[in-house]
Amino acid sequence: MAVMTYLESVRETLRQEMRRDPRIIIYGEDVGVRGGVFRVTEGLQAEFGEERVMDSPLAEAAIVGTAIGAAINGLRPIPEIQFADFIFPAFNQIVEEAARIRYRSNGDFGVPMVVRAPYGGGIHGALYHSQSVEAFFAHVPGLKVVMPATPYDVKGLLASSIEDEDPVIFLEHKGAYRSIRGEVPDERYLIPLGSADVKRQGTDISIISWGMTVNFSLTAAQKLEQEDGVSAEVLDLRTVRPLDVDAILATTKKTGKVLIVYEDNLTGGFGGEVSAIIAEHALFDLDAPIRRLAGPDVPAMPYAPTLEHAFMVTPDKIHDAALNLARF
Amino acid sequence: MARAAVKTKMPKTIAPDVLEDMFYHIVLARALDDRMWILNRQGRAPVVYSSNGHEAAQVASAFALDRGRDWVVPYYRDLALVVAMGMTPREIFLHLLARRDDPNSGGRQMPAHWGLKRLNILTSGSVVTTQMLHAAGLALAAKRREEDTVAVAYFGEGSTSQGEFHEAMNIAAVWKLPVIYFNENNGYAISVPQRKQMAVADVAARAEGYGMPGVVVDGNDPVKVYEVMAAAVARARRGEGPTLVEAKTYRFVPHSSDDDDTAYRSREEVAEHKKSDPVITFETTLRELGLLDDAKVADIRARVKAQVDDATRFAEKAPDPDPETLLKHVYYGD
Repeated sequence: MAVMTYLESVRETLRQEMRRDPRIIIYGEDVGVRGGVFRVTEGLQAEFGEERVMDSPLAEAAIVGTAIGAAINGLRPIPEIQFADFIFPAFNQIVEEAARIRYRSNGDFGVPMVVRAPYGGGIHGALYHSQSVEAFFAHVPGLKVVMPATPYDVKGLLASSIEDEDPVIFLEHKGAYRSIRGEVPDERYLIPLGSADVKRQGTDISIISWGMTVNFSLTAAQKLEQEDGVSAEVLDLRTVRPLDVDAILATTKKTGKVLIVYEDNLTGGFGGEVSAIIAEHALFDLDAPIRRLAGPDVPAMPYAPTLEHAFMVTPDKIHDAALNLARF
Repeated sequence: MARAAVKTKMPKTIAPDVLEDMFYHIVLARALDDRMWILNRQGRAPVVYSSNGHEAAQVASAFALDRGRDWVVPYYRDLALVVAMGMTPREIFLHLLARRDDPNSGGRQMPAHWGLKRLNILTSGSVVTTQMLHAAGLALAAKRREEDTVAVAYFGEGSTSQGEFHEAMNIAAVWKLPVIYFNENNGYAISVPQRKQMAVADVAARAEGYGMPGVVVDGNDPVKVYEVMAAAVARARRGEGPTLVEAKTYRFVPHSSDDDDTAYRSREEVAEHKKSDPVITFETTLRELGLLDDAKVADIRARVKAQVDDATRFAEKAPDPDPETLLKHVYYGD
């Protein structure tokens, strides 16, 4: 068992999986010699060679489009999109092609690939290096969307994503890369896609989140406990498609108060779906209205630190929203 | 016949029985095509997309492949291609009529959205040009495994305006992938003529900008198409990378059964091109070579008609998809 960063967990999982499965190839912009702009793939080309870890031309549709073909023809490609903000040139390939190839071929073909992309803000990335893109892809049947919050979950979820027979969008939070550390077992393990995780038990209020804001929610929950005497449960969805509906309803029924926290813009964000599920299936278990805390409805995150901070969902904002709801 | 005056020589590159087999598939594809239009006009097939006029290019290109081992990545114009790859008339009409046992999609896709794993025909969507990248990816996997298979992507000249055309040509050349880009240039993207699509005379001219050979070939001449494709396939198998082949051809019918091509091209223009109809000119060539005579042609036409009649009857009697299956195959194991 080693303590490592979120980023190191991604890298070591890729290494471990590549050692056991020769079908895996990695490619994308700068992932080879340079090891990626965040160094996630550092050392992988040296170990596995240019045949398996390749720098690609600067063309996202080409990166994903060729990965679709390679996956269909027996490889397990793990293309990297350098920033999730740059995934939209490949949107057509992901949504119109990868997501529906199994369906449109009546099960004849499948696309087992994992598209990795760093998402999220709070790292001075401005409008085009900060976005949370999960809602676009969570809307699409045929895709799976994975958003780990911890180094432990990174490993189990990434291994499951690679083993999966369908296309997976694997979103890694840039802010988590070096700030989040945790214990990661040496041996291989799988976390099933579609299994949420109660990261903290609580009785007064449920905070439902995914990705980096799970960590912020845990910080907020600790403060709620220590300063306010409020016991907050934190449910980490881990994957937004497939979605663990049972876990959402279980925590709702347990506490009767739900705060949904996500970094994406509020309107049309994935929190709306979580809210609708609760409203449909657990309305009479609620003791207060469902609340969402999310990014504001501006096109994307600005650059200046004051503006960026004003956009970001932070532990303090979560604390305040949760306390407000707990006292409803 | 326009070509009757030309002294035809037996091609050295293709065996006589292969020439005859190519002719059979060209005639079969045209007959299937003609029947589809009849079914459409009778209200029995909602929509038709044709390969009418493209048969020589498609069939000859397929014959240059190791069919069943190499990959083809078609677009909606490629009926004759999938016929040549081995899709049966029954399978084609099951697809046309969206029947349960349509092997392309189980009745989920519009007609002419081909795809059949058994024959290494990759499934295709409607957003044109995405398939060029899929072909590169298929080739990437083959190269990674050090197989000598190739992948061929088919596309119209309208597709060359898409960004993914550029991306595919570039990445295939940079990575020296065993892929062939086979352009069926019929001069029209639905109603838009080539001069409004690009400022060059030949799609193939673009190959140089990507660092690959570009070859123009008469798409109505199966022998020439076969020879050009065989060279491109050999180059790809040798690990020397991709080739762009541009087969100049013509579509004799509207874009689809919902299109009216009199709005954008004259009947005189169509009639002029029909003088090079490969169904007629290739028959003439094979007669001149002594490979066909009246009896053989009659036999071929009878066999084709029997197959088309059988496929029509079979598909019309075949069951529709069960509504219960709507939710199947979203994910593996569904």
